[in-house]
Amino acid sequence: MADEANRQFAGLSDVSISEDIPVEGDISVPMGSSSSNRQRGEEDEFSTLDEPVKETILRDLRAVGSKFIHVLYPKRSSVLLRDWDLWGPLLLCVTLALLLQGGAADSEDQGGPQFAEVFVIVWFGSIIITLNSKLLGGTISFFQSLCVLGYCIMPLTAAMAVCRIVLVGGSGTVSFIVRLVVVTASFGWSTFASTAFLADNQPPGRKSLVVYPVFLFYFVIGWMVLTFSPSQ
Amino acid sequence: MASTNDPFQFQEFEEAGNLLEANRDATTISIEDDDMPERQRNAAGFSPDVNDEDPHASDDKTELLSGQKKSAPFWTFEYYQRFFDIETHHVKERIIGSMLPWPGKNFIHVHLRRKPDLYGPFWICTTLVFALAISGNFSNFLLHLGKPDHKYSPQFGKVTIAATAIFSYAWFVPLALWGCLLWRNNKIMNLVSYSFMEIVCVYGYSLAIYIPAVVLWIIPFEWLRWCSIVVALCLSGSVLVMTFWPAVREDHPKVIAAIMSAIVLLNVLLAVGCKAYFFSKPEAAPSPAPSAALELTKAPSAT
Repeated sequence: MADEANRQFAGLSDVSISEDIPVEGDISVPMGSSSSNRQRGEEDEFSTLDEPVKETILRDLRAVGSKFIHVLYPKRSSVLLRDWDLWGPLLLCVTLALLLQGGAADSEDQGGPQFAEVFVIVWFGSIIITLNSKLLGGTISFFQSLCVLGYCIMPLTAAMAVCRIVLVGGSGTVSFIVRLVVVTASFGWSTFASTAFLADNQPPGRKSLVVYPVFLFYFVIGWMVLTFSPSQ
Repeated sequence: MASTNDPFQFQEFEEAGNLLEANRDATTISIEDDDMPERQRNAAGFSPDVNDEDPHASDDKTELLSGQKKSAPFWTFEYYQRFFDIETHHVKERIIGSMLPWPGKNFIHVHLRRKPDLYGPFWICTTLVFALAISGNFSNFLLHLGKPDHKYSPQFGKVTIAATAIFSYAWFVPLALWGCLLWRNNKIMNLVSYSFMEIVCVYGYSLAIYIPAVVLWIIPFEWLRWCSIVVALCLSGSVLVMTFWPAVREDHPKVIAAIMSAIVLLNVLLAVGCKAYFFSKPEAAPSPAPSAALELTKAPSAT
């Protein structure tokens, strides 16, 4: 019997297991990284599955909010890059597209941008700019770049809201000049904020090659914001 | 002869055969003839000169000197990265070279030097698309500035049409021209041949002159618009003609005339077509709906 057993596993006996390699251990779930947002300190949870839903949503909202603040005061920080998320860009894109509705030309076929057109321009434009910067040799990852470009639309969305409020008062020359100033300022702010995050990851000598498409992108969005005229 | 007395002294190793005497089991590689001609050429004073006047020789030498270019398959990312290996000053030089044609300076040979890029053509076309749409819209707006009954509408449908027109010009015309040149190359042995990417590159950069021209078209003076069109056409047309002249000059005269006139004609067609579609004349009304409305209001008042 033993011989048969030995013959069956004859091949295995040739395998030598070195004594230095430990083949024992224990499988344990690693401790979840303690984030500063955790409120209930006494509950040491391994995963976030057991926490209340409010906690999850609030954590994401706080992350999005902190990124908004980083766009407002752009300095060379890596918060946007390190923990990228696409909630903020989605929120901003939807807000911008909704604010661009209700224009003068909604009833005509040739008119203001439709909801889908704004979406296509923002997301397709961001994807093309990201591809461009990666092809030029950038070290930023695809989704990080999308995150930065999306978050930096925030000044233009704010300008759109301001423009709509100004247009309630009237659509004469004065309101046009006010809108022009607001849109120009926010376009400059958006471009400056996004280049503060993106330009560092490029090889030198190609920085303006990467900055120019970003400039064009925000210019086109700024033009859409500026030329919005309300229905009378 | 290999001396084993002092290992740190410089030793002259003459022939591999001599080494074999010491150790017969050693594997030796003998490089016989490859560096002999090199040494002879260098000794004779022949030095490879990349700034040769003759473009064919410099092209061959640059290919030899650049070493092995690894060509990745076209479905990988690395294949396209090859076309974005460009610096800011290269792009600037190429744009200026496409706007200022110099007789004798071939754009492909002087500026591209076997390194066509896709960055320039793509972003120049995109900028031109948006410049056309925005300028057309803005000129319409200026046209109707005084009239209170005209409702301003930013026409975003025009962006799609502009994009289709310009990108198809920038891609399909080079494709047709490349196929045509390939076909003629089979019939007539031509020393100069351009790759597809180089032709796309030339066409892309030749559109760069139209961007300032399009911005000038905002000003609603017809004579200014026609002047700027003619200037832009002359510059970009001459760049294209001078670039493709070496590729067709050994051909039958009728074929030369046909190809050159096709290049120029398509260029003219694009420029005039864009101007006519996006920029209306100052006297006529641009879109049918307000003009129809105006005529309807005028007709009852006239009778």
